[in-house]
Amino acid sequence: MRLTGALPNFVVFAALIAVAVIADLTGNPYIVTLATKVAIFGLAGVGLNLALGYGGLVSFGHAAFFGLGGYVTAILASHAASATPVATFPFTMMGTNEMLAIWPFAILVAGFAALVIGALSLRTKGVYFIMVTLAFAQMLYYFAISWPTYGGEDGLSFYVRNTFPGANTFAPLQFFGICATMLAITMVLVALLTQSRFGLALRAAKENETRVIASGIKPFAIRLTAFVLSGMVAGLAGALFADLNRFVSPTMLSWHMSGEIIIFVILGGVGRLAGPIAGAAVFITLEYLLGPISDHWQALLGFLLILIVLFAPKGLMGLALGKRGNA
Amino acid sequence: MTLKGKLIAGLATLALTAGMAHAEGVKVGMITTLSGGGAGLGIDVRDGFQLALKMAGTSDVELIVEDDQQKPDIAVQIADKMIQSDQVDVLTGIIWSNLAMAVVPAAVAQGKFYLSPNAGPSALAGAGCDKNYFNVAWQNDNLHEAAGAYANSAGYANSFMLAPNYPAGTDAIAGYKRFYEGAAAGEVYTQLGQTDYAAEIAQIRNSGADSVFFFLPGGMGIAFMKQYAESGVDIPLVGPAFSFDQNILQAVGDAALGVRNTSQWNKDIDNPANAAFVEAYQAEYGRLPSLYSSQGYDTANLLLSAMAKADLKDADAFRAALEAADFASVRGDFAFGPNHHPIQDIYVREVVKEGDVYTNKIIGTALEDRGDAYAAECKM
Amino acid sequence: MLLLAEQVLNGLQYGMMLFLMAAGLTLVFGVMGLINLAHGSLYMVGAFACAAVAAATGSFWLGLAASLAAAAALGALVEIVVIRRLYARDHLDQVLATFALILVFSEGTRWLFGSFPLYLSLPPVLSGAVTLPGGLIYPAFRLAIIVIGVLVALGLFWLITRTRLGIRIRAGEADREMIAALGVDIAKLYTMVFALGAALAGLSGALVGSVQSVQVGMGEPVLILAFVTVVIGGIGSIKGALIGALLVGMTDTLGKALLPGLFARFMEASAATSVGSALASMLIYVLMALVLIWRPTGLYGARA
Repeated sequence: MRLTGALPNFVVFAALIAVAVIADLTGNPYIVTLATKVAIFGLAGVGLNLALGYGGLVSFGHAAFFGLGGYVTAILASHAASATPVATFPFTMMGTNEMLAIWPFAILVAGFAALVIGALSLRTKGVYFIMVTLAFAQMLYYFAISWPTYGGEDGLSFYVRNTFPGANTFAPLQFFGICATMLAITMVLVALLTQSRFGLALRAAKENETRVIASGIKPFAIRLTAFVLSGMVAGLAGALFADLNRFVSPTMLSWHMSGEIIIFVILGGVGRLAGPIAGAAVFITLEYLLGPISDHWQALLGFLLILIVLFAPKGLMGLALGKRGNA
Repeated sequence: MTLKGKLIAGLATLALTAGMAHAEGVKVGMITTLSGGGAGLGIDVRDGFQLALKMAGTSDVELIVEDDQQKPDIAVQIADKMIQSDQVDVLTGIIWSNLAMAVVPAAVAQGKFYLSPNAGPSALAGAGCDKNYFNVAWQNDNLHEAAGAYANSAGYANSFMLAPNYPAGTDAIAGYKRFYEGAAAGEVYTQLGQTDYAAEIAQIRNSGADSVFFFLPGGMGIAFMKQYAESGVDIPLVGPAFSFDQNILQAVGDAALGVRNTSQWNKDIDNPANAAFVEAYQAEYGRLPSLYSSQGYDTANLLLSAMAKADLKDADAFRAALEAADFASVRGDFAFGPNHHPIQDIYVREVVKEGDVYTNKIIGTALEDRGDAYAAECKM
Repeated sequence: MLLLAEQVLNGLQYGMMLFLMAAGLTLVFGVMGLINLAHGSLYMVGAFACAAVAAATGSFWLGLAASLAAAAALGALVEIVVIRRLYARDHLDQVLATFALILVFSEGTRWLFGSFPLYLSLPPVLSGAVTLPGGLIYPAFRLAIIVIGVLVALGLFWLITRTRLGIRIRAGEADREMIAALGVDIAKLYTMVFALGAALAGLSGALVGSVQSVQVGMGEPVLILAFVTVVIGGIGSIKGALIGALLVGMTDTLGKALLPGLFARFMEASAATSVGSALASMLIYVLMALVLIWRPTGLYGARA
């Protein structure tokens, strides 16, 4: 990683930490909650960016992975609370409320779904890819609404935030710390990945497919790998989001959610490591500040977004950095 | 440690960081839907609530209103904010059952009172009931049960039943069948948010039913009734008041005329409290109140009645004052059952046109002093 | 048998309704390469304009004209102010900007008309039911929608293949620089195409709004369905949009009508209705996934 490239990402991340810590010290736990939300949506965005920003794969269905991660968390936690097994076949599996035990499951389930959806969707390109990923997410959404076992449209509450060794997850700042740490680890891994041979091949496949094929690399395999990794990160973010709210519902799987994650990525700057964090931060701050002004705050938000697209075509980080940073 | 023990222990941390100091009076946090397609219901609840405060002329209630955008995760975060940062004493306002399920259990576990002006999911009426949770509207099944009772008295023996495929929809049909004694000509679950009912109306036409029970809240009901009226099928409709409230009726128009529906309130219920409410509401907002307005109004008056009797700092006394329900409800007699859900009469109304305005007229009583089916499961 | 015939007719009618929505979308998609999420908002604007004018004048037909005019005018305005700056951008910027437009239009409409659904009903000539040959009783407005759908389809084919505007549209699709070099004012052409697409959305909003609910947010579910339709048919193809719309309409209607009964043959009744309807609501997305896996550019899309 070049220092000049890494610095803006570091600044964005540090600013997020600073906001959370200052809010906690000044007795504003709700601001800490909002910062946590930024970290979680930022994480989902970092995941999506891997497919969208670096791989050029515009997925309109990442809510599927986000929601699956959330549902895995809620299902394991609610079974742990009621002391009933999650499954009895092929082996008895009990629930758990340990985050460290839940996360691998959430990531694996999301990754497996991404493998299946990606393998089928990657046959298509461009707008068709956008829509076919949406289709798969919508199938899961309608399934979740009408499947009664885990609450259907009412969603599933588990009331108690899951536990993490050595931390009180109820304390807003400590839970924020957990989310921010996962975000930091993921950002480092993504940075390493995009600088690796794999990352170069992924970007090359986006820029010039023919040349990549000529050099003996299979773009399909590269893209599928990126898509699966991207889904896994979204799954982890979903798991954290479930814990933030102690609740999951089909809205986590809806196309609005997919759209929101895409918007965080575009708003911050496509293909920039910390872009989604900046995007989520700006979006959530606007929501928070405009809400009390008027019942019609969403119109104001819309106007601001239009101005940003028209006058900051490379996203907020692009606007802030001018022509310099392009990491 | 039990689940509840853990929850309380964990949440105590929050309460400590939040601190306890605030002055006299009661701080009320209202989480309701004020933007998007479902905003009409939230606006009515808020307006009814605020009207009651204004008419009482009290300055002891500080009301904070926030928009949940009809999204459960937003509602949860607003509830966290109101409890942690704003330090409210009482929460209220939620319209939708799924949002209530996400917010209420955690809020009452932290010692806050929750007064529900609309949603009444069965989970919160039965095993999941709580001493700090009061429902001022109805248990979700109530109006459907009343529709079933009405169907018997109207002599219907073969009903076609229609509801969206989600928990409130399956509860609606279950509630109807709890009282309805006839046969089922068909039972159809539609997609949530569906707006075209051609396929279902064709099934109704061919079912040989003598009545159609439907629960399709909001825009779904408007679409269904318009299309049903155009289809030439003339099997009588019956349903809960949600598809026939004051605001929806104006959008349905003639297609709703004559339809029988069940409600715990109507603007022509003859008591002084209701007359004063309907008049003041029209004067204040320039429109007729809806079912939801009446529920918001009653919720505020219940709160005021408890504040007059007890200090909120003494939670047990305040709870007892709420349980007494010593206020003049616009629906007439009103009492709480053992699970803090209403015991009230539920009426049958008919849609009529008064001048240019479509509205409802009470034509009978479907159920008297109805409590709910889950009270026995509630251990407080 | 009569029931099945009625359901097939319902599927046809639903398909035509979707076609009216999808035609404008695919036109804009195909000619300008623009993903317009705000297409559903134009549909909503059409419905509100129709309801407002019909309420003020008492005439549904004036309302219908107003819906065309309002949607076309708003479409042209939005194209000139916002959209035309986005043609050169990639799809992502278009998604963000048009998503922002949805927020502006929805809240703007709520600000103008309030939070409650509006009243709009059919004119007497279209209301009520008629008896078809074979004894089938069928609502008149559903027949009218089928007829209007066919007329719009014919009109669009005529426009694209037989008129100067159509020739320019096709030329613009094929080669943007070339057509500009030929002295055609490309900016004006794009504004016209966008306004035409918007007018089609407004028209379908008014027609559909008269038998559904005219309320804020009514455009969003339809938008997704219209995209599904366009993508199944192949982007930019009017013929594809027509075939796609009919496929989606039939699949959805027949799925809803037949699946619960099918499951009831080997399942307990209440579980069958619940599983059957759950599957029915997923069916069109399954259809779309299958079509795209089989043909990655839709049924009539340009082959890469």
